[in-house]
Amino acid sequence: MSDIVEKTLTALPGLFLQNQSATGPAAAKASFSSRLGGLVRGITALTSKHEEEKLIQQELNNLKATVSAPNTTLKMMKECMVRLIYCEMLGYDASFGYIHAIKLAQQGNLLEKRVGYLAVSLFLHESHELLLLLVNTVVKDLQSTNLVEVCMALTIVSQIFPREMIPAVLPLVEDKLQHSKEIIRRKAVLALYKFYLIAPNQVQHIHIKFRKALCDRDVGVMAASLHIYLKMIKENSSAYKDLTGSFVTILKQVVGGKLPADFNYHSVPAPWLQIQLLRILGLLGKDDQRTSELMYDVLDESLRRAELNHNVTYAILFECVHTVYSIYPKSELLEKAAKCIGKFVLSPKINLKYLGLKALTYVIQQDPTLALQHQMTIIECLDHPDPIIKREVLGEYSYLLGKETGEEVITKLYKLLTSDSISSETKAWIIAAVTKLTPQAHSSNIVERLIQEFTTSLDTCLRQHAFELKHLHENVKFMKGLLPVDKSCEDMVVDASLSFLDGFVAEELSQGAAPYKPHHQRQEEKLSQEKVLSFEPYGLSFSSSGFSGRQSPAGISLGSDISGNSTDTGLKETNSLKLEGIKKLWGKEGYLPKKESKTGDETEALPVPQENIIMENVDQIITKKDQSQVLTQSKEEKEKQLLASSLFVGLGSESTINLLGKADTLSHKFRRKSKVKETKSGQTTTAQNMTRSSFSSSSNVTYEEDYYLDNLQDRGDKEVKKFSLNSELLDSESLTELPLVEKISNCRLSTPSLFADNNMEVFHPPQSTAASLANEISLASSLLEETTEHMHSDLMEVCNNETISVSSYKIWKDECLLMVWSVFNKSASELKSANLEIAPAENFKITEQPGCCLPVIEAESTKNFQYSVQMEKPFTEGNLSGFINYQVMDTHSVQLEFSVNLSLLDFIRPLKISTEDFGKLWLSFANDVKQNVKMSESQAALPSTLKALQQELRLHVVDIIGNEGLLACQLLPSIPCLLHFRVHGDMLALWFRSSCSTLPDYLLYQCQKVRAWIDPQVPVPIPCFHPGLTRAFKAECFVSVFLSSRCKKHGKSGGDLVSKDSESPGHLCIVYPKTQN
Amino acid sequence: MQFMLLFSRQGKLRLQKWYVPLSDKEKKKITRELVQTVLARKPKMCSFLEWRDLKIVYKRYASLYFCCAIEDQDNELITLEIIHRYVELLDKYFGSVCELDIIFNFEKAYFILDEFLLGGEVQETSKKNVLKAIEQADLLQEKTEHVSARVSLGVRKRTRICAGVLTCIKM
Repeated sequence: MSDIVEKTLTALPGLFLQNQSATGPAAAKASFSSRLGGLVRGITALTSKHEEEKLIQQELNNLKATVSAPNTTLKMMKECMVRLIYCEMLGYDASFGYIHAIKLAQQGNLLEKRVGYLAVSLFLHESHELLLLLVNTVVKDLQSTNLVEVCMALTIVSQIFPREMIPAVLPLVEDKLQHSKEIIRRKAVLALYKFYLIAPNQVQHIHIKFRKALCDRDVGVMAASLHIYLKMIKENSSAYKDLTGSFVTILKQVVGGKLPADFNYHSVPAPWLQIQLLRILGLLGKDDQRTSELMYDVLDESLRRAELNHNVTYAILFECVHTVYSIYPKSELLEKAAKCIGKFVLSPKINLKYLGLKALTYVIQQDPTLALQHQMTIIECLDHPDPIIKREVLGEYSYLLGKETGEEVITKLYKLLTSDSISSETKAWIIAAVTKLTPQAHSSNIVERLIQEFTTSLDTCLRQHAFELKHLHENVKFMKGLLPVDKSCEDMVVDASLSFLDGFVAEELSQGAAPYKPHHQRQEEKLSQEKVLSFEPYGLSFSSSGFSGRQSPAGISLGSDISGNSTDTGLKETNSLKLEGIKKLWGKEGYLPKKESKTGDETEALPVPQENIIMENVDQIITKKDQSQVLTQSKEEKEKQLLASSLFVGLGSESTINLLGKADTLSHKFRRKSKVKETKSGQTTTAQNMTRSSFSSSSNVTYEEDYYLDNLQDRGDKEVKKFSLNSELLDSESLTELPLVEKISNCRLSTPSLFADNNMEVFHPPQSTAASLANEISLASSLLEETTEHMHSDLMEVCNNETISVSSYKIWKDECLLMVWSVFNKSASELKSANLEIAPAENFKITEQPGCCLPVIEAESTKNFQYSVQMEKPFTEGNLSGFINYQVMDTHSVQLEFSVNLSLLDFIRPLKISTEDFGKLWLSFANDVKQNVKMSESQAALPSTLKALQQELRLHVVDIIGNEGLLACQLLPSIPCLLHFRVHGDMLALWFRSSCSTLPDYLLYQCQKVRAWIDPQVPVPIPCFHPGLTRAFKAECFVSVFLSSRCKKHGKSGGDLVSKDSESPGHLCIVYPKTQN
Repeated sequence: MQFMLLFSRQGKLRLQKWYVPLSDKEKKKITRELVQTVLARKPKMCSFLEWRDLKIVYKRYASLYFCCAIEDQDNELITLEIIHRYVELLDKYFGSVCELDIIFNFEKAYFILDEFLLGGEVQETSKKNVLKAIEQADLLQEKTEHVSARVSLGVRKRTRICAGVLTCIKM
């Protein structure tokens, strides 16, 4: 059967094609739009996962072909997108379509655009590189006069938007706050909310506008602004106390039914709004009597008004109870709220019961007597089949003794414990509850029986609880003090950070115990290695020390979350029991002659409910007061440990990340800086790279120029002048102390030029910082001798701190790329054990050059570390990272990380061959790529093209025959690539051939890039990305896409686009939109 | 809200909306885990789950499960009502919606969701306004396309795959 289906499906595309040719576009259209249906039906008809995979793979292949075919219409593309979304939803990778989703959003009509935007929002996440490509489109749509387009743009902005691009749209979004349509205002508010979430400081200046939104005449806009307020108040409630009155007024109006009926939900007025306001009030009134007094009335009214005719009323009521119990207490309100809870716990609906029990925990924290009225209900809940309910019950159980005696309850609990139907986790909870009840029980028969039974339980968790109980039971007086009859524990001071364990933790760690790992991490590891518990007999070694049981898990305080595979080793080292994780149990008497079971792990998998605060408290108290007792870790403790681990971060050793420590601030700073650099180079299209390469190639020109100087003559002297100018710059500056940035700006000042000054204006680069960085480096002192022989890049600082500054530069040697890192010791003391290491990179072969080991760097001197780098397989851009560490005065060692970008061009060298050799090679190569490129008239001349190719791509000009040119280069070590080009009117036909399959593509790409800088007239295609490409590379493409838009500064009004200035080729600018007032 | 998932009784994902940035791998893992957990729950059990450090609120409508992940301070009950409101919106838009409508027109279901929830927060609580916004955006849509798709794809299979109209199983 499935075979038939499969065959039918295989035939489908063919059928569609037939239709298309037979009956024309109409039929094609119809068949196309029903393709999703075909796919869905095909899948439902299949029976096995394997068949599905096959079918989808086939579908994806078809889609891949369709989306990249040149004759695919946008309408078809829309259809393809829908199917791609579907395939992704089924769990298959459709990343090849991401770029097309962006294109669709950019180019499509309204409906297509809508699908494009949807696909983008589903495919990408906010830090996805491709998202940068959407910015332009969003900006355009935000300015559209079509409401639907503006809505779409705002919707996508509120869902995913790259943080670094917020400035590009912020003013536009702000404008929309004054829009006449409420839907636009509402979406603008939510977009700003999104901005607030991802980059709060960016929207700081518009807080006043949020207030305006809060007072908006439209309820929807006002309600949307509450999201922002809730967030801001959560972070700093004191700044918004003055708004309490407004929130109260709004809530009063809502409760009083003053809103339009549209906002009713099952005849309850605006429940979402009510809940939002109640939450805000709860935060504002916390521990603040004066503010709380403002809201007592409206809360009272809310409680009163809630007619329980629909679930949503319960939602409001629950929030109301929560608020009443969060703010400064008013006993009358507390009572009313507690009464309301009865409606929850008595409800037959399990959801309400659950929330009722949860609400009771609020009540108990304030005043346990108020919860007494619900005691019976709670006890009845014990028999409930849903464990989550039971857990909730047990948490508050023990404090609600009134009519029933302790014995009765314990008996009931005991009965429950012995029943088979409940999970061991629930059992553990029950024993915990029994523990709390025991002090109040008069006879302890059952308790003793329970202890007897469960101290030998197979379940470690149960056994542990039983032991706790046993020890407490043996010391009744202590237990009574610990678990007071008539109180909850809110007045006890709990050391939640477990600081009393610090000493122990440190000691254990120093003995090699592994740091604590959070549960999920352990679980993942467990899954990955299928580890089997292996239990060695318990040694006596740890029986004397009460704490020895805590070994590895106690190591939390030291950067636990970055610890690796530690559980194992840690346990091994203490040479004791190997239990998975934490739950271990032993008593004073040492080893428990029992076999273990794995149940503990299963119970662990369920999270501990937050509501059981009281129980936790008790356990914490036990832990604290009972240090001498042998206590092992329960789940609660584990949670505390997690908390502790977060609190203790920073107490760690030097090597761990120390948020407070000085050394670390530095490394943080550094990291941030290098990140900035990265993004900068990402955004700025490798401004430096380009400039650098143009510089270097200028020097190239100097020695190759005479070769075809004749060809250049007719181009006039302008360029030549420029190049010689640049070479002069290079010559003079690289050897004197002028920093890179100054050089670049020099170039910018020079006459309109083709290559050099390309994009310095684009991204407002923080020149001052770069300049200051560069200034610190003494260039002259650090360049190697070799530098003078070969072409080299400028010195760029890659990292620094107050002691050293590391700069690097590239020397393009004939046979390899030589990377030099010069380390400049700025301090007055010498650095010892300096060591620079380069991390192995996937695509590079890195060889350390001799003479690199320089253990001592004297004060205020520079040492160089050299590495030769070979590219192992072609790609456009790669990253080389490494670190340097050194010792200062024999004390501590410092480590600095850095990274450098390498581009394909770093590995391309001219290939000097004769015309005949060229001919032979040409015929022998199988891989070729052809492309016709349109040139503007001024650029169409052969010489300029030659020059560009030669400079940018480092091609060797083999021969020039008429209007054809032959060029050759090689990718180090020895992959040749040949280029044949022909200038034909305003067309430039490029033809690459190589023995390597990917190299021609990469070079063509580089070639197009060169062209993009040359010619402002030619629209630049959106590059299609391979998923494996680096961010920097994609960012380059991004800029070239931006290039295709026109510069508004020089053309249209309200400018906000990036563009190229047609008057001065090579000039680029981004003009951010100005606020329209 | 952190994310919303719609899946069928057979565990097939029908809609997914993530409001927090996660890797694809993580998403898949979460989806798998949650679908399993939720499907294993008995009908009488409560609609809330504690899962990792999130709360899961789910509700079953006929053959479809709607499942939302919310944060600790969020209100579970109102989340259930968010789900219900979304179903109401779908119902109104498609006219007694069934699982098939969502399968075959899932992009519409997404559009409706985006008008209702934005960035994980309730954007518009008025049913009328949400539908108005959708209609406005739909205005240019060839009505025929939508209808014909439904007729040609839906009707025949409607009875076979789907149990019929999505009905709310009352708590």
